[in-house]
Amino acid sequence: MNRVAVNETISVMKPKRAIETVSKGLRKRYRAERRFRMLGLAAVIASLLFLTIMFISIFGNGYTAFFQTYVKLNVYFDPETLREDTLARADYPGLVKKTMRAMFPEVQGRRDKRNLYKLVSSEAAFQLRAMVLRNPDIIGQEIPVWVPADDDIDMLMKGHIRRDVPESERRLNDKQLAWLDRLSADDRIQTRFNWTFIRSGDSREPELAGILGAAVGSFLTLLVTLLLSFPIGVAAAVYLEELAPKNRWTDLIEVNINNLAAVPSIVFGLLGLAVFLNFFGLPRSAPLVGGLVLTLMTFPTIIIASRAALQSVPPSIREAALGIGASKMQMIVHHVLPLALPGILTGTIIGMARALGETAPLLMIGMVAFIVDVPQGFNDPSTALPVQIFLWADSPERAFVEKTSAAIIVLLGFLITMNAAAVMLRKKYERRW
Amino acid sequence: MIDSQIPVIQDKEHDKEKELEMLKGLKTVGEITAPNPRMTCRNVNVYYSGVQAIFGVSLDIAGNEVIAMIGPSGCGKSTFLRCLNRMNDTIEGCRVEGEITLDSENIYGSKIDVVPLRAQVGIVFQKPNPFPKSIYENVAYGPKIHGLTQNKAELDEIVERSLIKAGLWGEVKDRMDKPGTGLSGGQQQRLCIARTIAVSPEVILMDEPCSALDPIATAKIEDLIDELREQYSIVIVTHSMQQASRVSQRTAYFHLGYLVEVGPTPQIFTKPRHRLTEDYITGRFG
Ligand SMILES: Nc1ncnc2c1ncn2[C@@H]1O[C@H](COP(=O)(O)OP(=O)(O)OP(=O)(O)O)[C@@H](O)[C@H]1O
Ligand SMILES: [Mg+2]
Repeated sequence: MNRVAVNETISVMKPKRAIETVSKGLRKRYRAERRFRMLGLAAVIASLLFLTIMFISIFGNGYTAFFQTYVKLNVYFDPETLREDTLARADYPGLVKKTMRAMFPEVQGRRDKRNLYKLVSSEAAFQLRAMVLRNPDIIGQEIPVWVPADDDIDMLMKGHIRRDVPESERRLNDKQLAWLDRLSADDRIQTRFNWTFIRSGDSREPELAGILGAAVGSFLTLLVTLLLSFPIGVAAAVYLEELAPKNRWTDLIEVNINNLAAVPSIVFGLLGLAVFLNFFGLPRSAPLVGGLVLTLMTFPTIIIASRAALQSVPPSIREAALGIGASKMQMIVHHVLPLALPGILTGTIIGMARALGETAPLLMIGMVAFIVDVPQGFNDPSTALPVQIFLWADSPERAFVEKTSAAIIVLLGFLITMNAAAVMLRKKYERRW
Repeated sequence: MIDSQIPVIQDKEHDKEKELEMLKGLKTVGEITAPNPRMTCRNVNVYYSGVQAIFGVSLDIAGNEVIAMIGPSGCGKSTFLRCLNRMNDTIEGCRVEGEITLDSENIYGSKIDVVPLRAQVGIVFQKPNPFPKSIYENVAYGPKIHGLTQNKAELDEIVERSLIKAGLWGEVKDRMDKPGTGLSGGQQQRLCIARTIAVSPEVILMDEPCSALDPIATAKIEDLIDELREQYSIVIVTHSMQQASRVSQRTAYFHLGYLVEVGPTPQIFTKPRHRLTEDYITGRFG
């Protein structure tokens, strides 16, 4: 009786009619396919466009921060002011002023003199002091010294301050412009690579502010995050995926890990404030605490990525290992983990990249303070790159605008490096089976 | 036309239930015991999450014999095979009842450690599953983890001997450090066999080892099975009745989780005693 039914089915389905129906639908199918492809292409183009606009605007604004205007002063290291017994405490700002006056003898009046002194950065005095302390023999000589210009001069040279507006709306008056023009004519003004920006910490003076403090702060914070979240995340993933029985408890844990990954990061900041600072009494603004807070945020991501990577290891590999008498631990360590490693590493790096860009939780634990010194250890007060961006973006000086963009460039540089590392690791360890 | 299909499906379900009802309490036809058994199975029941897949199977596996297991798809051949080295332990919700012994020791006893058990009862899977490591590493892995060798020279020797036995040495001896996954399917399967025999098991379980292979590779593996019989006991699951008759001394016929008939291979294929066995080998269903 069954046979009969089957035969009937076959005889009803004439092959000719089937192909006709297929052909009729074919045009429509292809059209749908084309539409879908166009949509996808449009989406890709749109996202690339936004990315390009973002990069162009950030680089356009920020690259000038890597250069700084310097002024050449002919400094006479006057033995009168530089007494041997008080070299370290001598009046170096006065020395700078004297030099400036000597270069522009025609400047008279307190107001004009003060404006004249404003052409060079306050760093100039420290620079002279360092020179003298390093080599006291220069006392009594006249030596040309390049010192950083003030940030307003720097902005003017970079074209961010316009000359063609009325004097009252300008930060530099006509006399200052005239002096500058004379300096330029004498070849006393130069734009050089801004090592200060790369080598120093934050400062109230834009021409002295550097990114290193924040970069080191971020590095130390991420190091703590990595050292804690990677082992915790991988161990938890291995336990949940390979060893734990599948029951209601592990389901509950899984749901909660997913919840944890979705919690807004500021909540972790508040938690860190309450637990690490107020309860355990750890120092404020420290990379250690920042790392702990970011660990809370990162390890759920690592668990989820690692579990996905472990799940993607084919069961046949597990069976092969168990089948010749490997213990469960040997199976995991020798076979499953190596195969899951690219995925785990990718997930980890993506989690770390997210942690690198995180600002809100760090604000809560005080990593937002104004800190001049480059942190030397995990307990030193420090900031982090995104927080530094936040701080500079908030500063009124025009010169901090380019610093902000430059800090973003540095942060993006780190992010791109990390993501490239993720891609390379994946390529390197990718195996086919 | 569509209406007539529904009763077909219902009929099948009904058939299976009815058949299971009929099979209830079935006593295996033929001699289940063997004179010098390596392994013995008594009243084995297997449940997957409470659903019974194997019903009271009793069977001996003799030393130096090849025993073939045949039967329609889904009748429990793989399930039964995997009981013999406790691979079923790895399946969530799988429960095994009854007694299975290896050299007179209950392998489901509380004292038994599955690690040495699986070193004694090796398994070759239906789909070749070499490790994504070098050919050498694939074969050397078992001896390494069990500490069977003292030094590199001994390990090299075991690897070479296993590959020779598996009939693969000639093809791979110049590329031992190439990945095992880069071999052809038939070579991979022989690599898996070499990997299994490298730990010198007493019993080798093979679950349709040739189902993905061409006739030439199949012939090679069948020759290999024949040779291996001198040292090992081999349990082989196969869908090819020609293969069963070529390599095995005894054949067991499974049906819906029951061991219906077992006996010397020539007798099973020429004079089956149970109607179900006869239906199967004459191609009336399955
Ligand atoms: N992991 C599992 N979970 C639940 N049920 C299973 C599982 N594995 C097998 N079964 C069931 O147990 C029965 C026996 O399956 P088994 O794989 O042993 O059949 P088989 O004889 O090897 O079939 P085939 O010849 O197709 O390989 C089938 O009904 C199957 O659906
Ligand atoms: Mg099977």
